[in-house]
Amino acid sequence: MERRIRFRLNGEWVEVTVKPNELLLNVLREKFGLTGPKYACGIGECGACTVLVDGEPVLACLTLAVDVDGRDVVTIEGLARDGELHPLQKAFLEHGAIQCGYCIPGFIMVAKRLLEENPYPSEEEIREYIRGNICRCTGYVNIVKAIKAAAESLRAGSSSHT
Amino acid sequence: MVKTVVIKPKVDINKVNTHILPVDFEYYEPRTLRELVELLDKLGPSAKILAGGTDLLVQIKQRAVEPKYVVNIKKVRELDFIEDRGDYLAIGAVTRLRAIEKNSLIAEKFTALHEAVRAMAGVQIRNMATIGGNLCNASPAADTAPPLMVFDAELKIVGPGYEKVIPITQFFKGPKKTVLKYNEVLAEIRIPYPKPPTGSAFIKIARTAMDLAKVNVAVALRVDEDDYIRWIRVTLGSVAPTPVRARSVEEELIDKRFSEEIVRKASRLVVNDISPITDIRSTAEYRREVSKVIVRDALLIAYKRVRGV
Ligand SMILES: Cc1cc2nc3c(=O)[nH]c(=O)nc-3n(C[C@H](O)[C@H](O)[C@H](O)COP(=O)(O)OP(=O)(O)OC[C@H]3O[C@@H](n4cnc5c(N)ncnc54)[C@H](O)[C@@H]3O)c2cc1C
Ligand code: FES
Ligand code: FES
Repeated sequence: MERRIRFRLNGEWVEVTVKPNELLLNVLREKFGLTGPKYACGIGECGACTVLVDGEPVLACLTLAVDVDGRDVVTIEGLARDGELHPLQKAFLEHGAIQCGYCIPGFIMVAKRLLEENPYPSEEEIREYIRGNICRCTGYVNIVKAIKAAAESLRAGSSSHT
Repeated sequence: MVKTVVIKPKVDINKVNTHILPVDFEYYEPRTLRELVELLDKLGPSAKILAGGTDLLVQIKQRAVEPKYVVNIKKVRELDFIEDRGDYLAIGAVTRLRAIEKNSLIAEKFTALHEAVRAMAGVQIRNMATIGGNLCNASPAADTAPPLMVFDAELKIVGPGYEKVIPITQFFKGPKKTVLKYNEVLAEIRIPYPKPPTGSAFIKIARTAMDLAKVNVAVALRVDEDDYIRWIRVTLGSVAPTPVRARSVEEELIDKRFSEEIVRKASRLVVNDISPITDIRSTAEYRREVSKVIVRDALLIAYKRVRGV
């Protein structure tokens, strides 16, 4: 039986009809054209599909779409403000933390929550927080550097992003 | 006549496609515990409870489970709490692992449970997964089981028109098997506060920070002023069909004076209590050997915590 659900997606209320067995990841990608969240393992191992639900990073590949009815969903597409990239996005670019890029939306969504919870993360705390995300290209070193740099620029409050 | 040869593929592609949930089901969202139990009773055994979904949805993707009905338990608000009730701490079954990890009372009084939860998966899964799901999934490797067992936790189970409280040691029946009937739910976990001074610790050996345990162990102990061990619990996971108490180790150490030497000797006895197998994560031999080592290490850490050093 199909269901009509309504949720906030990157700041705007949206409505969509879904079947109970439809996954949030597929609904975001196929019904809303948001291809930032990536499908990779499909079983929770890699973090490529990470989105924020009510502000917390979760895996869209293991979330039923019906389960976000009434809730707040943010994907990587929702981070830029007025055409300006989020400090995390800028830092990833500046530090060469992106190679093929497939894993990056997941890393950035997780890092966003990390920096809200902990504005002064140590390298160890960063590595601990991103352990649910796999990157096959970069070797993580530049990803960690980028998150550290973004933490600094967010602390300096040099941008309109919160 | 041409004979058609049907070549059967080695893997059934429908069982490895993890992109979709290849099963149609009806979906329910009860709001109260009572409604939940009545619904389960009505739907019968082909219904499955969905909590965080981090075990269940993976199993549906792999067609290990094909439920006709899925009952989302997360909207039952009365099952989401961490509450100090004087003699014991109560944790609602749908409490997320992340909330448990962040609770300072749990970190202080039930350190082994705090450490176990921190050692689980990545932050995304800990935001989704519930403690009830970890127990009800009944994996022999479930990380919250050993610490809850060392603290003598009890489980409140609710069925249609009744509720009961059982010791966690009676809950697991085998891999993926618990005592729960189709119309019963795990509602809450009760953990009695141990008498001070008690120390506890959890250690997990896994291939990566994200993986299930090859072996995990939780210990708790209390020593008197003269260093005699007056209460002790040792529980291991992933080395038997269910999490197991290492009674040989406990019996060897109770009422003995704590020393590294006797702990090392007693820890070797753990092999009498476990029956590990070889699987994709590890071998039986390795599990036996490393169990001795982590039992010893965990006991030494727990002792230091009793002494506050
Ligand atoms: C990548 C990855 C890493 C993981 N790492 C770990 C790890 O390190 N350690 C570990 O122990 N586990 C790990 N897991 C397994 C899983 O995340 C945990 O077992 C989790 O706690 C399950 O909780 P859930 O709420 O997601 O359960 P669900 O998947 O929603 O449910 C699990 C089972 O329990 C039943 N159920 C749930 N709640 C109740 C209830 N209240 N009453 C009756 N039945 C109920 C469901 O019907 C289902 O059969 C991992 C999983 C993944 C995908
Ligand atoms: S695609 Fe979701 S965790 Fe890998
Ligand atoms: S940049 Fe290619 S997987 Fe991370």
